[in-house]
Amino acid sequence: MSTVLEPTKLVPYHQVLDENGKVVNRDLMPKLSDDQLRELMRRMVFTRILDQRAIRLSRQGRLGFYAPVAGQEASMIGSEYATQKEDFILPGYRDVPQLIFHGWPLYQWVLFSRGHQHGMEMPKDVNALFPQIIIGAQYVETAGVALAFKLRGEKRVAITYTGDGGTSQGDFYEGINFAGAFHVPAVFIVQNNQFAISVPVRLQTAAETLAQKAIAAGIPGVQVDGNDILAVYAVTKQAVDRARAGDGPTLIETLTFRFGPHTMSGDDPTRYRTKELENEWERKDPLVRFRKFLEAKELWSEADEEKTVEEAKEAFNQAVKKADEYPKMTIPGLIDSMFEVLPASLKRQREEYTGKEEA
Amino acid sequence: MAQMTMIQAINNALDLELGRDPNVLVFGEDVGKNGGVFRATDGLQAKYGANRVFDTPLAESGIGGLAVGLAIQGFRPVAEIQFFGFVFEVMDQIAGQASRLRYRTSSRFQCPVVFRSPFGGGVKTPEMHADSLEGLFVQTPGVRVVIPSNPYDAKGLLISAIRDNDPVIFLEHMKLYRSMRMEVPEEAYTVPLDQAKVVREGKDLTVIAYGAMVHTALKAAEELAKTKGVQAEVIDLRSVNPIDIDTIVASIKKTHRAVVVQEAQRQAGAAAEIIAQINEHAIYHLEGPVLRVTPPDTVYPFAQIEDEWIPTPQRVLDGMNRALTV
Repeated sequence: MSTVLEPTKLVPYHQVLDENGKVVNRDLMPKLSDDQLRELMRRMVFTRILDQRAIRLSRQGRLGFYAPVAGQEASMIGSEYATQKEDFILPGYRDVPQLIFHGWPLYQWVLFSRGHQHGMEMPKDVNALFPQIIIGAQYVETAGVALAFKLRGEKRVAITYTGDGGTSQGDFYEGINFAGAFHVPAVFIVQNNQFAISVPVRLQTAAETLAQKAIAAGIPGVQVDGNDILAVYAVTKQAVDRARAGDGPTLIETLTFRFGPHTMSGDDPTRYRTKELENEWERKDPLVRFRKFLEAKELWSEADEEKTVEEAKEAFNQAVKKADEYPKMTIPGLIDSMFEVLPASLKRQREEYTGKEEA
Repeated sequence: MAQMTMIQAINNALDLELGRDPNVLVFGEDVGKNGGVFRATDGLQAKYGANRVFDTPLAESGIGGLAVGLAIQGFRPVAEIQFFGFVFEVMDQIAGQASRLRYRTSSRFQCPVVFRSPFGGGVKTPEMHADSLEGLFVQTPGVRVVIPSNPYDAKGLLISAIRDNDPVIFLEHMKLYRSMRMEVPEEAYTVPLDQAKVVREGKDLTVIAYGAMVHTALKAAEELAKTKGVQAEVIDLRSVNPIDIDTIVASIKKTHRAVVVQEAQRQAGAAAEIIAQINEHAIYHLEGPVLRVTPPDTVYPFAQIEDEWIPTPQRVLDGMNRALTV
């Protein structure tokens, strides 16, 4: 008897632009105006410069926690660009660019990095949570945020991010399974940057793709070239529109690569990645590819590039300046933030820092 | 007024709050059509619909995450953890997420979630159902932990917990669900979340307990009065986080001796914290060391010996006698 246990290709893979910026799939080409195409490029260049500045500041000891983003700009910027302002983002710790373009003020990102409480205090009109540190926790919370939208009949979408390592967590499965069971407007994005700190995807799972994990949850799963911003945008836009229309959640895996270390806290990628692999992915740089595409259409110039670089530097400098000047946290302020109404025991502990008269 | 068991009082509190506030949602495993494995949510889905009272997939972290996500969007979830021994599965969402949401966002978001859960020994459950794990959350900043000992308190405390804008862990001792009835007002009322109650007055010794141990302590106190004419004051803590130290200190100033009774293992639990606070606030009023009556530092045992493991009235009585003589 022949075996019935053949591995099968379970999910589709999508690309719009090849590595040289040539269109390979016209059917998936998103309907974006020239200005919108330019804006995507502007955001990616802006992000690349912010990343470089943050790394430099970190090396000077003037930033705190930072997880570099270079290489993943298309996955981050393209997917966020497919959302609307009222859509709610539940990010992982590396997903700073999406938050910034969703409205998180840059100086608050700097404060967050430096471990200041005000960093995570999203302004009232910014529909997002802070960067989650626990891998996968945001996936189960996304089911709740999306269920809230469904119960209220709001045409809003919850969108969340994790990485390849995150897909091994129980919370990943619980999140996509709850979202499927409740049929809520959610989009789950896995940025597969090939390594969970140092552990490669092939040690993470026997699954051929991470997107196919959606099948078990009964929701669509799709793999996309994560360094092709048009493909990321097009696929995410379909998922967001589908969710908004009440047709349920989607899991999207973007295939990408982080050029830098896991974080600026001592990670050395040469311990677990070969130079050949890094070179291979540098040839797929999302900025280079999209720049070629735009230059061929005469939509992006050297002058545009320089202007954006200067904008980013100036925005970053202003943010750091504002963060430098922001008042420090205090222990009484910390205590006050634990509860709406402080228990008597905590009030007494507060008095140890303020004296009785202030309490 | 009506005579209610604790399970009826809890059902009644949920009913009233669902009726009062459209943002209140009740969900968990089997809470919908089945009305909960103990019937705490009996009839509520039929009355309020499956958008307000609903079953979830069988995954505790998912339930916790669902609650936090809904709270971020302004709902007031009452999430049931089917047995508190399953809390390890949802530890991150309670201790890592819900408890820190207000702090992390400087109150941009708050987390008015109630995690309801049955716990407690003496009802012959399988493993991981009966454990007293409240001590884990005595050490968790940003949550309150409430443990009622009777139907009246259960209703008033649950309504307070649902209306509170911070996460509350609400622990329901299984042995108390149907073991007693008492007069409970049919309308809504609240019992403060952070106030202990003197349930038996006495001048000779203070006994501090919570949950089912309140009843064990009361039995021991009656026996002590009958046999020795010694009057123990019994305090029902009602909340183990925060701990109402003021009520405890006021009693110790009168009695000068104290015993803490808990159903959880001895080391580093609520009793340890109570005694540490007594040291800080009332040590000069004490005439002897504050003793603990607890089970030994083992896991909660299989059902065959659980009745020996849990403090009995006799063991509490022995502890009271030791505290009176040392």
